[in-house]
Order: sequence, then C-alpha cells, then structure tokens
Amino acid sequence: MKYVDEYRDADAARRYARAIAAITTRPWTIMEVCGGQTHAIVRFALDELLPAGISLIHGPGCPVCVTSVELVDRAVAIASLAEVTFCSFGDMLRVPGSSDDLAAVKSRGGDVRIVYSPMDALALARAHPGRQVVFFAVGFETTAPANAMAVFQACKEGRTNFSVLVSHVLVPPAIEALLSAPSCRVDGFLAAGHVCTIMGTGEYEPIAARHRVPIVVTGFEPIDILQGIHMCVAQLEQGRAEVENQYPRSVRDQGNELAARMIGEVFEIVPRQWRGIGPIARSGLALRPEFADHDAERKFRVSAVTAAEAPECISGLVLQGLKKPPECPAFGARCTPESPLGATMVSSEGACAAYYRYRRAGSWRETTSS
Amino acid sequence: MCLGIPGRVLSIAEGDLRLAKVEFGGIVKEVCLAYVPEAGVGDYVIVHVGFAISRVDAAEAARVFSYLDEIEELEKA
Repeated sequence: MKYVDEYRDADAARRYARAIAAITTRPWTIMEVCGGQTHAIVRFALDELLPAGISLIHGPGCPVCVTSVELVDRAVAIASLAEVTFCSFGDMLRVPGSSDDLAAVKSRGGDVRIVYSPMDALALARAHPGRQVVFFAVGFETTAPANAMAVFQACKEGRTNFSVLVSHVLVPPAIEALLSAPSCRVDGFLAAGHVCTIMGTGEYEPIAARHRVPIVVTGFEPIDILQGIHMCVAQLEQGRAEVENQYPRSVRDQGNELAARMIGEVFEIVPRQWRGIGPIARSGLALRPEFADHDAERKFRVSAVTAAEAPECISGLVLQGLKKPPECPAFGARCTPESPLGATMVSSEGACAAYYRYRRAGSWRETTSS
Repeated sequence: MCLGIPGRVLSIAEGDLRLAKVEFGGIVKEVCLAYVPEAGVGDYVIVHVGFAISRVDAAEAARVFSYLDEIEELEKA
C-alpha cells in the first residue's frame, strides 16, 4: 500500500537507528503518546534497534483504556435497556466495567452492535425509527469530528431516536498533567500525528516552553517513529525544547480547521475522569446544551453502579509510563485479552495488549517479522 | 483508536455530505470528504472512522527519506 509500505523499509529503519546512535551521548527517556505508536514500536521491535541509553515509555494515548469505569457501567446499563440498540467501536466491547462488559450484555441477548463509523449508527437510527439507537462516542480529537458530524446530522434531520454517550478526551491536558506530576521522568514526547492533523501544533507550544521539553509530532509507521525519535534526541542533545513536525504529509500547523470548527460547534470542554489516572481539568468534551436531546446520559437516567477496579490491575501506572506491562504479576497469567483485568489489555491500542500480542516471553522475536 | 489509513480517492458523489469511494490496497470503502473538500479524484487521503481527515501531501511524504540522507551526510562531514 502506498504511503504505508515504504515507511516499513527495513534498510531505512537500520539507517535511522544508526543515525540515532551516532548523536546519542546521554540516556534519554521519550514517551510516545499514542497507543497506535506503542503498537508499532512493540510490533516492529523498534526499541530493540535503539542505543541502550534511549528508553521509550508508553503514554495514555488509548481512549478506550482511559474511559472511566463509571462510563463503562453506564454504557452497560443503557445497552441493557430493551428499547436500545447500542452501537460501539469494537474495542469497547470487552472493556471491563465494575462487574460486566458490553460483550456480556450482547451475549445475554442485548442489541449491541459493532460499527466502523458513527455514521453507521446514525444510518441504523434512520432505518429503525422504532428503536433508540445509542452510539458510544469514545475517542481523542481525531475521532471527535466524525462523532460531532453524526450528532450534527441527527439534529438537522430531527432524528430523535439517535443519541450518543460521550467519553471524549483531549491529549494536551493529559500531557500537561503527566509533566506536572513529581514522578514524571519524561525528557521528550512524540505527539500523536492524527490528533494534530485535526488540532494543529499550536496547543503544544506553551507546554514545550513551560516544561522545557521537546515535542515532536510524529506519524505511526516504523520509519516515522524512528525519524521522530531522531528529531527528539537531536533536540535533547542540543538543549532545545521545541515543537517540531515529523508528519507533515498529514499535519498542517493550523490543523484541519473545518474539522476543529465542527468539534467546537457540537462539543464543549469539560473536566473528565481518566481511568487509571484520575480527574484532569478541561480534558474532555461533552455535548453543548443545544444538542441535549441527543445526549444519552440525559435521555436514559440509569443509576450509576459503584465503580470498582480489579485491585490487582496496575493499568494506571502503565498509562502514566511508570510501569511496563510485564512488570505486572497478573500479566499474561490472570490477565489476558480473553479475560482482561484492565482496559489496557483489551484495546488494540492498549500497551498490555501490545506486549501480550507481540512479546510474550520467548515468542516475540518470531512474531515481529510477520 | 486514532488509526488513520491512507487510501486513494476513486470517485466523488456530490450531495449534502460529499462522499467518495476510496481504495485501500484493493478494498473500496465509502468515505466522507466533508472535512477535506480540497481532495480530488486520484488524491490520497488519510481516513479515520469513515472520514477523511487530511489530504496526503506527496512532496512532504518524501521528506522522511531526504532527511535521512541529510543526517547521514552531516555525520560524514
């Protein structure tokens, strides 16, 4: 595939690895924010190519993983209602709530469906006017324009049987929160290229300046990530702390203004609870009051269950880059993608799922070549 | 979750929302172009959950490799 295959070229990867080693004189810790980048790093064993001093730690960039237990419980309760057709991206189905997940609701006969796009859920609402169609609107800034468009269209059409359960999160406040924590050991960031495709790079300038930390907006293929690391290490070695763009084939400095405008029309910024991390001010999106008719939380006043995490799960530390998945005693034993204790083992972007899939003891070297 | 896949625009249907047929390595899907009105037939777009979020800039796309050549030159110098 064009714009994919050439960025997986093994020779270019080795050349980049050599170039990184050539400029590295001190140990540096770099966090990749996005779970998609985490998966590429683990799948292609990019960390194994780097000089020993460079350590990559994995960030909170997995919206499925940081959606609060309360919201998962609420989704389970709404999906269990007889009149509801509950639509979600596939990743959400096995994310554990306090006692149940959406897959369990489906197996009990609930009408839970996996959709590829929020527009598919809106199409279901058009096709089945007698059903209440609810879409679980999860995601970062990348996904917000699509979800906003579904709500905007539903409102325009007067589609009263379509609503969304919103669990949107924003990346810059999470980076800011990580950097403000006393335990933070991140020297530089690879920022998420698709989030910046929508929002541009401007939000990161004050963060880079305030915390004296380089932030390199980076793509998702192995060569993108290696170039991003090279740019980040070059800044660190030279004592610079700037926002740079490794992914200009998609990211414009000003972002996608049409998409960002639609987000602002439909959503407003609110505080949000991040699973495993805690509350972060101004880090989420909720529907504006004029779209209240399409807000599933208002429409279905389900009582929230007491939210409880599996006590053994260390996903909060994993999401903050303080622990790696294999450091968890439950990893691969009592916690697997089939029977997960925490959300990071479920999502296709969760760090624990990446390590489980590509790097179980003794097997990962074989799997990285596929 | 933020997975975005590059695909080539095959055709565009004008309407309330601009919809395109986009090809991803042989698989064709319908994609909304509302946020990337500048995309035309033959262009590559990055697609996320059924929406194009950017048009791939072909000149910028090659920079990953020219940068590599440049840093290797610098090393030798």
